[in-house]
Amino acid sequence: MTNALALARSAFVGFLTLAVTLTGLLLATFVIGRVMPIDPVVAAVGDKASAETYAAAREALGLDKPIWVQFGRYVEGVGRGDLGKSTVSGRPIVEDIGRAFPATIELATLAIVVGTLIGVPLGVYAAHRRNRRADHVIRFVSLIGYSTPIFWLGLIALLIFYAKLGWVSGPGRIATVYRYTVEVWSGFLLIDTLRSGNLDAFRSALSHLVLPATLLGYVSLAYIARMTRGFMIEELGKEYVTTARIKGASEARVLWGHALPNVMVPLVTVIALSFGHLLEGAVLTETVFAWPGIGLYITSGLFAADMPAVLGGTLVVGICFVALNKLAELLYPLLDPRTRAS
Amino acid sequence: MTASIAARSDEPRSRREARRRQMRRGIRRALANPSTFAGGAIVLALFVVALLAPLLATHDPVATNLAGRLAAPGTEHWLGADQLGRDIYSRLLFGAQPTLLIVLLVVVISAPAGLAVGLIAGYLGGWVETTLMRATDIVLAFPRLILALALVAVLKPGLINAVIAIALTAWPNYARIARAETLALRNADYVQAAIGLGMGPVRIMVGQIMPALLPSVAVRATLDMAGIILTAAGLGFLGLGAQPPLAEWGAMISSGRDFIFDAWWVAAVPGFAILLVSLGFNLLGDGLRDVLDPKHHDAS
Repeated sequence: MTNALALARSAFVGFLTLAVTLTGLLLATFVIGRVMPIDPVVAAVGDKASAETYAAAREALGLDKPIWVQFGRYVEGVGRGDLGKSTVSGRPIVEDIGRAFPATIELATLAIVVGTLIGVPLGVYAAHRRNRRADHVIRFVSLIGYSTPIFWLGLIALLIFYAKLGWVSGPGRIATVYRYTVEVWSGFLLIDTLRSGNLDAFRSALSHLVLPATLLGYVSLAYIARMTRGFMIEELGKEYVTTARIKGASEARVLWGHALPNVMVPLVTVIALSFGHLLEGAVLTETVFAWPGIGLYITSGLFAADMPAVLGGTLVVGICFVALNKLAELLYPLLDPRTRAS
Repeated sequence: MTASIAARSDEPRSRREARRRQMRRGIRRALANPSTFAGGAIVLALFVVALLAPLLATHDPVATNLAGRLAAPGTEHWLGADQLGRDIYSRLLFGAQPTLLIVLLVVVISAPAGLAVGLIAGYLGGWVETTLMRATDIVLAFPRLILALALVAVLKPGLINAVIAIALTAWPNYARIARAETLALRNADYVQAAIGLGMGPVRIMVGQIMPALLPSVAVRATLDMAGIILTAAGLGFLGLGAQPPLAEWGAMISSGRDFIFDAWWVAAVPGFAILLVSLGFNLLGDGLRDVLDPKHHDAS
């Protein structure tokens, strides 16, 4: 009984923090939208409108109301999925983002797969070879990943692998030929092209995806490898590891069978966090690779002075970021019985 | 062996001497580590270049020369010329100035702010702590680059606004560190002694606890500088940082983007500078952590 109560309590607290965090995020985008020097009424009716039209538009936009009422309306609008209309295309921003988002998710997902599949083994190996040459090399490789401006790396990679070597396709998501032939089903081109059975289109999509995904994957690899190494070093110093070694378990078994499962909990958090960072890193990467995702949507909104688009995009990425953090927290008890409420 | 015995019998005679010895030992340890040494050298070079840019430059960084546009690296232009014929080597040197300025300003704003929040939260505890740390967690959950981007976009693109935007999201890390360490120190004997002597909370926080927090904050700041450089360069790349004709590394990459396949050096050179400087701060920060934080002496 007390167990259920504690569980309910922790669920409630968790829900409350999530709500507060999301409100904070909404407040941030709302305030940013308020400080903008562009008068939203003028943006709607133009600067040649008469005083009456101006006043009417002001009222229609709810700008004559007190600021907290405006914030309430804003939150309510977001709750209904209304992020406003793009001042450039005139389309609802939610529609635009709905179209752009799968492209970003596809890119970030592949990147996190690359980052995890390479980063975790590298980190484990570095911990195993601690302070030896392999450890130093891995540390340096991940430090470079930490220190590189990703947009620059993207440009250089395009220069080498696309222009000089011709190994991959250039900017964009798929060759123009296939662009309108693939039926949109999931929004993920790799899946949609396979589903339509068009293997050439699939190959084209893959060769466009591989370079930006690898670069983003490298950046997350740097973080994941470093954190894995730290967790593993701590774990390898514990008594049960010594016990396992004394009992004659092979080093591989000690590393992968004993120590690694025990660092899974913090590791999952790290991976979830780097997925969030990837969504953010995608803003610059997508700009370089002309990848039609949410990052490119935000930056092209910037250049077109389409503030509702920029703020809407910011909010959506922010919500994903917060949700991923929360998700990592929720996964804790599933992975580690010790953290279950007792 | 004899040396260590000699050192032990040779106790420091005064507080100042002890402190000086500690510092000398720290510096020696830092210099002995090749990566810290390299990091320190890079950061030092950045300061020197930023200060001496007018002396070291071979050309006026904003002087255009259309006849020499996109000139390849050679004797006239050591690192080539950009699309307006401006000397990239000279622009690179002058570009160290806004980079350094942004980094220092952000740290000067965000580190003390975060330190104050963490210190107050950790020392006072109770609802003050809950409120402050909850706010910290909220800001920490924000996507940093994207919020900075939106903020600069609605304010006006420029160096100072970039600094404000980055600083607004940079303080929570310091707050977390400061709080964690304050919690550990709050019950330390010397703090209890200070309370017993009748010191007020402000004097204890500022005079007794804060000095002990500075090493960790300094390490965090050094590591943070690498990230700040990347964020600032990203804003510059999107045209939201320092405005032309001022030479700024991110903006230089952006201008070289259109010629990347024909004149790769225009974008490659400033990007490499960003990588190098950011790497320098990361190496230095790692090394400083090993020196200043006893917990990391044996690890890593």
